Amino acid sequence: MSVAVSLFITAMVVLMIVGSVWMLLATSREQPGQPTGNTPKDHTWDGDLQELNNPLPRWWLWLFILTIVFSIAYLIAYPGFGSYKGMLGWTQQSQYQQQVDAANEKLEALYGQFEGRSVAELSTDSEALRVGGSLFAQHCAACHGSDAKGARGFPNLTDNEWQWGGSDDQILASIINGRQAAMPPWGTVLGDRGVTEAVIYVQQLSGGKVDAGLAAAGKKHYDMLCISCHGADGTGNAVLGAPDLTNTIWLYGGDFDSLTESLVLGRNGAMPAYGELIGEDKARILAAYVRSLSH
Amino acid sequence: MNTMYNDRVVRQFVYVTILWGVVGMAIGVFIAAQLAWPALNFDLPWLTYSRLRPLHTNAVIFGFGGSGLFATSYYIVQRTCHVRLFSGKLAAFTFWGWTAIIISAAITLPMGITQSKEYAELEWPIDLLITVVWVAYGIVFFGTIVKRKVQHIYVANWFFAAYIITIAVLHIVNNLAIPVSLTKSYVIYSGTVDAMVQWWYGHNAVGFFLTAGFLGMMYYFVPRQANRPVYSYRLSIVHFWALIAIYMWAGPHHLHYTALPDWAQSLGMVFSLILLAPSWGGMINGMMTLSGAWHKLRTDPVLKFMIVSLSFYGMSTFEGPMMSIKTVNALSHYTDWTIGHVHSGALGWVAFITIGCVYSLIPRLWNVKAMYSTRLIDLHFWVSTIGVVLYIASMWIAGVMQGLMWRDTQDDGTLTYTFIESIAATQPYYMIRVLGGLLFLAGMAIMVYNVVRTLSGTEASDTAVLEPAKGT
Repeated sequence: MSVAVSLFITAMVVLMIVGSVWMLLATSREQPGQPTGNTPKDHTWDGDLQELNNPLPRWWLWLFILTIVFSIAYLIAYPGFGSYKGMLGWTQQSQYQQQVDAANEKLEALYGQFEGRSVAELSTDSEALRVGGSLFAQHCAACHGSDAKGARGFPNLTDNEWQWGGSDDQILASIINGRQAAMPPWGTVLGDRGVTEAVIYVQQLSGGKVDAGLAAAGKKHYDMLCISCHGADGTGNAVLGAPDLTNTIWLYGGDFDSLTESLVLGRNGAMPAYGELIGEDKARILAAYVRSLSH
Repeated sequence: MNTMYNDRVVRQFVYVTILWGVVGMAIGVFIAAQLAWPALNFDLPWLTYSRLRPLHTNAVIFGFGGSGLFATSYYIVQRTCHVRLFSGKLAAFTFWGWTAIIISAAITLPMGITQSKEYAELEWPIDLLITVVWVAYGIVFFGTIVKRKVQHIYVANWFFAAYIITIAVLHIVNNLAIPVSLTKSYVIYSGTVDAMVQWWYGHNAVGFFLTAGFLGMMYYFVPRQANRPVYSYRLSIVHFWALIAIYMWAGPHHLHYTALPDWAQSLGMVFSLILLAPSWGGMINGMMTLSGAWHKLRTDPVLKFMIVSLSFYGMSTFEGPMMSIKTVNALSHYTDWTIGHVHSGALGWVAFITIGCVYSLIPRLWNVKAMYSTRLIDLHFWVSTIGVVLYIASMWIAGVMQGLMWRDTQDDGTLTYTFIESIAATQPYYMIRVLGGLLFLAGMAIMVYNVVRTLSGTEASDTAVLEPAKGT
């Protein structure tokens, strides 16, 4: 903040406070020649509207002064007068940091016991799983559901089907670094008919009874465009986050319309990175909890 | 002609005050029900909460409250200046213009056309119309003040003057935007500056539209209805100037613990606290005006509306400064406590004083001795009082509960409750709120019936301008 701005703010604040006090003092004194109490002032409006000139109620006057005194004290202690930092040196960032530090200190006793332990070890520790459950409710439940069974576009974590791999390290990596799926849109490449054929083939891959002719045509598209990620047999590739297409588990739905939409528009599912937010130790506790859901 | 008051425009505004009151409150009850039972949006985009909520706020604040302010300010400024309203044509333009604005809101908001600024949702073409109508309003009002036949300007007119000037400034500054099409524009501010401008506008809309304007109403109709002189001229002076000066600073309390710099947050808080006494000055002046005429409360339910409106005004202007204290705000912010606070002001203060003034105005405007039924006014009073109490009590409890649930943590540092658990816990209170809103709406229905019965068979006739009293 520039000196000029700081001075302007300070001047305006002082003007407001001094102005209020001055007005209070001026109106609380009796004015010579002015009526007071139950004698009306000498103006009349609209036939009979008049004004008395009773003194300011004392308790009200003191209430006003009390708020002003408090405010001046507050503005000496805390920032407010332009760039003046306040005697306490308080900032909202420092208040936040203090609370975080205090909480971390308290939590050390609990989290200390989990420090450096592997996901496999933690997944058999009932205390770790309890804590993992609350961490899950706070950080993961909004998308994956409080029962972890997911929703359309958000994977079910209880079924042992893993888009990005179900090993301890893979789950941990998903939590810490997040994941970004990238299924390209194929609508313009394949055209309406091509999309339909490819969808029919995908339905055949997952065991659906479909028109064999269309499926055969679809396989040609598949072998050209889809095979690089979803694999020759359609079982997907966890490294790329390409789902297995041969089972009946569908992230965005396995009916004709949903598959068509996936193929035409592509899919870009995103899991945020939690490493920075919760740290590796908590991520390991969470990974252990997630692992326990399907083991 | 010029020796008669222009009451035609006042009557027109009284009609739409009642109309938009019923419409706006009905939408309010509907969206309150949606919060309790979300399926009530029927999966139709134009029935969703996100589109109807701004329609509710626009209809009640600008439709009901705004029309009420137009009606009473036009009525009062003529009576207290002892002249006919300046420029009948411009006055008629403000009526048709303002009504067109509210109708455009009712069309565009459900379509999803919005600037996404709270209480300033309307898109730029409507904003321009508001500006033109408001300037016309200013010319009519100040034109009347200029040609007044009495030297002293009555206290109600100070408040109307402050409200008209300030709303013009707030509206223009907050709505500066670059249009990209007829229905879409981008506000010129961004980030924290946008938030600060928005809440400078938002809180002063409360301070000048919903407070100063209605204090103007109060300063004429309470002494009129009680038939008593205003309690204290000097109290009105000190609380008027303090109110309009200090309100300007209070906006940042909407942005506590955000990216807004610390110094601005502190100033928002301390000036909100200093605002307590100036606000109460208006309440004291209104209530003490009644002293010596308390017995009239037994027989005059209109006066009951007015005195209870002042009580709610005092209550919410105490609650507001308390909620602006950072420690309290850390609990109350983002919860339904805020909604309860707003409605204790909006229903308890703004709607009650407006309803009282409408009941007081109608017999005068249509030259009938009294409203069709005093008992129905009394019934209206009790039904809506119970409605307000149910509304704000349920939102207090819900808000404090939400705040406590959100901040509660377990021994492992995680939150005790997921967000959805706090919503599930709130549902019963949402249901009570629906009931409160329904009662308030039922009160409005009683009013409509009473007004229709009062007006049937009557013919409005204008009143002659009163000569000022000697020596004033």
